[in-house]
Amino acid sequence: MRIVCPFCGERELGEFSYLGDAKSVRPVAGASQDEVYDYVYLRDNIAGVTSENWYHGGGCRAWLKISRNTLTHEISSVEPAAGAGAKQVAK
Amino acid sequence: MKYSIFSLARAALSGHKNWQRTWRDATPKDHYDVVIIGGGGHGLATAWFLASEYGIRNVAVLEKGWIGSGNAGRNTTIIRSNYGLPGNTGFYELSMKLWERMEQDLNYNTMVSQRGVVNLYHSDAQRDAYARRGNTMRINGIDAELLDLAAVKKMMPFLNFSNARFPVQGGLLQRRGGTARHDAVVWGYAHAASALGVDIIQNCEVTGFTRDANGKVTGVETSRGRIGAGKVGMAVAGSSSRVADMAGLRLPIESHVLQAFVSEAIKPVIPNVITFGAGHFYVSQSDKGGLVFGGDIDGYNSYAQRGNMPVMEDVCEGGMALMPMIGRVRLLRQWGGIMDMSMDGSPIIDKTPVDGLYLNAGWCYGGFKATPGSGLVFAHLLARDEPHKEAEKFRLDRFQRGAMIDEKGQGAQPNLH
Ligand SMILES: Cc1cc2nc3c(=O)[nH]c(=O)nc-3n(C[C@H](O)[C@H](O)[C@H](O)COP(=O)(O)OP(=O)(O)OC[C@H]3O[C@@H](n4cnc5c(N)ncnc54)[C@H](O)[C@@H]3O)c2cc1C
Ligand SMILES: [Zn+2]
Repeated sequence: MRIVCPFCGERELGEFSYLGDAKSVRPVAGASQDEVYDYVYLRDNIAGVTSENWYHGGGCRAWLKISRNTLTHEISSVEPAAGAGAKQVAK
Repeated sequence: MKYSIFSLARAALSGHKNWQRTWRDATPKDHYDVVIIGGGGHGLATAWFLASEYGIRNVAVLEKGWIGSGNAGRNTTIIRSNYGLPGNTGFYELSMKLWERMEQDLNYNTMVSQRGVVNLYHSDAQRDAYARRGNTMRINGIDAELLDLAAVKKMMPFLNFSNARFPVQGGLLQRRGGTARHDAVVWGYAHAASALGVDIIQNCEVTGFTRDANGKVTGVETSRGRIGAGKVGMAVAGSSSRVADMAGLRLPIESHVLQAFVSEAIKPVIPNVITFGAGHFYVSQSDKGGLVFGGDIDGYNSYAQRGNMPVMEDVCEGGMALMPMIGRVRLLRQWGGIMDMSMDGSPIIDKTPVDGLYLNAGWCYGGFKATPGSGLVFAHLLARDEPHKEAEKFRLDRFQRGAMIDEKGQGAQPNLH
């Protein structure tokens, strides 16, 4: 698996760390116990295309949002994650 | 058929041409008391214990491929019971005791080899942690020995003892740990369960559940038609989320790939199972002479049943740090398997919120050693509708109750367990 970082170009997998499902949203303060349980412990664990967070620690150190097929490892899109630095690459 | 010295002699005299099939490849009936989904070690062991221990023989095991085509046939075969936390300690020792009598119980040679498992330590903190774990084991009647450097040198003179960064300081030894022949375990349970009337049905993929008006599971839809069931037990290892999804359940599980490696065959050199505590590398030598080794999971969700290069590199680096002599040995094969990584690294054996559906899941990458124990406690749950006393802590709602069994202390990070 190789990942095309929007900042650094195509790099080998070893430069990146996986940080899980990008869909889960941290519950707001005061959320119910069930909502917290759901966020911390339950997973869709999709067999197919998922959206996930990766960190380019061995390169630009940006957070990336990647669409990847868990059945084939095929990567269909890599975008800067929302937040710092994301705007600059919108060319 | 029954194996004995006489059956062996008879078969030898007729040129090994008259061995009989050891289990029946059954066609599905309309209805069973219990249907087990998944013909891996756990599913087949469950069926055998249901029949032999709990007297429930109208049982089918449904396997989408061939039996043992999942993780049962792709693991690195290590068995041990060196766990430290309540819940795990008793369960894995129960399993160990069942390994020790498996060949007699099943009348099948599963090549259980108690060659010893040594976890090496490389720092004072790690020594203390292993001493503590060893003490916990001994308090619970499980064998454990803390080895100092001299003892490790005597037992494994080929290790690299001049690694400046990760010096070997000693190890925790469980002499009763070791390996077993994984395919033979599957075939042995199939052989023994089939003899008691269990139907083993291959090429039969479960594609859905049938439910009654109250939502109770009444059977399964399969690629070979509908099969009714009083109760349905899932033992599908890396596919738990996908099968549970058919019943509308979300699980505290992620699927991850773990790779394994085998070298070309060499003369006997490694007498036991060794783990490198400073990185992640474990190795043993198979009876054919190949070095069987592995390390970490790849770290991202996967159902692809194959791994990637960074972990291969990491595993080989770990191996080289520990025993530089293996640098001359060629790698013969490499493969990956998909495992249920649970959110605390421990298994789940419980009824599900869906009436009639039972779950055996979340074995992470240590579930082979659990095979006989898992079969016994899951059969108990299916037969009695209450957990076996050695599986009381493996409940599905433990995450909600804050009663995790987090052996590694990693928190809800499945790729770190
Ligand atoms: C590379 C590797 C090394 C490992 N090393 C060790 C080790 O040294 N020691 C140890 O203790 N553990 C080890 N493990 C973990 C261990 O192999 C697993 O935890 C254990 O085998 C899981 O249980 P099982 O054998 O029943 O699963 P499996 O053999 O995977 O059985 C599940 C079965 O369910 C079937 N199935 C799935 N979905 C369906 C469906 N819809 N319908 C019908 N059938 C279905 C699958 O085809 C499969 O055959 C390792 C795992 C891997 C991948
Ligand atoms: Zn980058």
